[in-house]
Amino acid sequence: MSHFLDRVETALKDEELKGALDRATERLGSRRSASLASLENSDMIRDMARRAKMGLLKDLAGNLETFEKNLIKNGVKVHWAEDGKAANGLLVDIAKKAGCKRAVKSKSMATEETHLNHDLLEADIDVLETDLGEYIVQLAGTTPSHIILPIIHMTKERIGEVMHNKIKVPYTSDPEKLAKIARVKLREAFLSADLGITGANFGVIDSGTIVLVSNEGNARLVTTLPRVHVVVMGIEKLVPNLADLDLMIKILGRSATGQKITTYTSLITGPRRAGEADGCEEMHVILLDNGRSRILGGPIAEILGCIRCGACLNACPVYKNIGGHAYGDTYPGPVGAIVTPGLRGIKGWKELPDASSLCGACREVCPVRLDIPRMLLELRKHAVEEAKIPFSLRMGLWGFGEVASRPWLYKTGARLGGIFARLLAPDGWIKKLPGLAGGWTRSRDMKAPAPKSFQQLWRERAAARPAGKPPAAPTPAREPAHVR
Amino acid sequence: MTKPKSVQLFHTCIINEVYPEVGMSVVSILERLGITVEVPLSQTCCGQPAFNAGFHADARKVARHTLDLLSANPAPVVIPSGSCGDMITHQYHMLFADEPEYLAKSHALSERCYEFSVFLVDVLGITDIGARFGTGAADAFKAAYHPSCHLLRGLGAKTQPKALLAGVQGLQCADVHDQEECCGFGGMFSVKNAAISSGMLANKLRNLEASGAKSVVSCDMGCLMHMAGGIRRKGMKLEVKHLAQVLEEGLGEKAEL
Repeated sequence: MSHFLDRVETALKDEELKGALDRATERLGSRRSASLASLENSDMIRDMARRAKMGLLKDLAGNLETFEKNLIKNGVKVHWAEDGKAANGLLVDIAKKAGCKRAVKSKSMATEETHLNHDLLEADIDVLETDLGEYIVQLAGTTPSHIILPIIHMTKERIGEVMHNKIKVPYTSDPEKLAKIARVKLREAFLSADLGITGANFGVIDSGTIVLVSNEGNARLVTTLPRVHVVVMGIEKLVPNLADLDLMIKILGRSATGQKITTYTSLITGPRRAGEADGCEEMHVILLDNGRSRILGGPIAEILGCIRCGACLNACPVYKNIGGHAYGDTYPGPVGAIVTPGLRGIKGWKELPDASSLCGACREVCPVRLDIPRMLLELRKHAVEEAKIPFSLRMGLWGFGEVASRPWLYKTGARLGGIFARLLAPDGWIKKLPGLAGGWTRSRDMKAPAPKSFQQLWRERAAARPAGKPPAAPTPAREPAHVR
Repeated sequence: MTKPKSVQLFHTCIINEVYPEVGMSVVSILERLGITVEVPLSQTCCGQPAFNAGFHADARKVARHTLDLLSANPAPVVIPSGSCGDMITHQYHMLFADEPEYLAKSHALSERCYEFSVFLVDVLGITDIGARFGTGAADAFKAAYHPSCHLLRGLGAKTQPKALLAGVQGLQCADVHDQEECCGFGGMFSVKNAAISSGMLANKLRNLEASGAKSVVSCDMGCLMHMAGGIRRKGMKLEVKHLAQVLEEGLGEKAEL
């Protein structure tokens, strides 16, 4: 795979991407603020939601066992998958045993993480994404670039081209027409499918319920029309009970799209029972670890409280500039910069936590108040301990530590550096810096250090002033209008 | 708290080396308000460059020095930078999580560390120091306030700098689109991820230019040095100023220094 910085360069050159990202993130950001402002006690609800999520992590294993028991009571078959390969294998086995050949899927990040579609097709099981955005992603042969808006990176013209090329319909860029075309195609698939695959937004422990939120109604069709329904759910997606689910629902839609509630909220508690009008005949839940239990014991365990609303992406100035694909894996943006190294290991992914100015916009919008900057700092520390760091940087910061803890050495170094820098910059500005620092002068001049430091000016002032003289009396240009 | 008579100034390395005049403006404002300023001359850096890069052991060496130095004097510490202020008051806790002696020291010190605008507004209770521009027009000087991320979100100081600017007669605060968005500095981020940082800076400068402001005012010379570098490269007219400089200029003749 290409290197992170190469993907960044490619993304930054893509004007169409930038325009699409600016429009979408701005709209989502302002809708989020407005809808949270209209929620009474939103701060308290966020605090309570955080407490509920963090409380679960203290005994995740115990909570999962209770959840499993309650699922089984409801007639659900429960499977445990240590990694993505295992989850996909379990799913293929379930499909084969039940004789399923045609699968429909509603939007699921967990199965993006396991690359399920690839493994299903290998096993001769046809699979169709039914979320409109995911459907287009599948047609285009790419991957989603946002947690809740998979095709945030595409313009309507680009979508029109994809549909024209892949399903041979006349070209149009009219969103309504495009949606209607997809609707017809998807309806055929729903009616003929024998396997429905979903993720889970939440798993309610005490009732053994799988919760799905969606806006297109596809999740409801996927979970009711086919004979068999398989849920692939990350082991962290629990909530204790329906009261806590209420908290999550209140903040999820608002944080994600600015909706008070999504159009559909489906609570699925087992397969169809005698006398019920709809539902699947056979229901399975695959509980996916895939690195989560490794995160659990460490300093970034907090990220397991993430409810995948995507608000941090929309608020992140880095994401807004580079989009989701540059992050190189399933989860983009600030949450991805933590989840990806967390799930996959820091080696190979250390660039992600570095790609942040630590501005904290993500922490500000996170509905469950995850301290994302803190976790980025933890991962950077971890990278220094575990991953390969350029020798020059290692030596540079070692030198910084040695020098900046010795004032005399520090001052001498700074003065010498200043003299050298001013030689490069007769007008006080450096236009080109060498080495790593050259990144700065890519788009900025660098102001050279001043001929006299603040401390020099300070000492000169002290020397010029007779001892014991008090500081200048306050002489404001006008009378202060307000001194508290 | 009772109003302190004297403070120690942690002048930050950027101000000491690159923008010494900002340090003098800070001193001037504090002295006009009757505060005696002490400058611990052995100060170096808060250690943030190493900390943010993940080099905690190296950062700790510098942070121990800073903690020892500033703890030796009981006077409150004034820091004319949201970023260094956030480092000392918050991040030191993470840095010394496994070192009880320095953890206790960092908690004790953080109780009496104040960013410059926070010190003026929250400790001294001042929002109007009598500064003015022009001779009466409300918009004699149009300035864009840039809330630095670590001041805004790290220290949670959203209102204090704005209150001080609102107290300056003849100064009009320009409306800036996406005002609270990062300028793209982020210390080492600006060189390690120069491409992204440059994209962020370009957005910021475009929005500042569109605001019609003559100056961009902030409480952090890191962000301002970053923006100034971009402004100069692009040949823009915008000036950068620390809040203390604006206040001092608004007081007319420079204080006796």
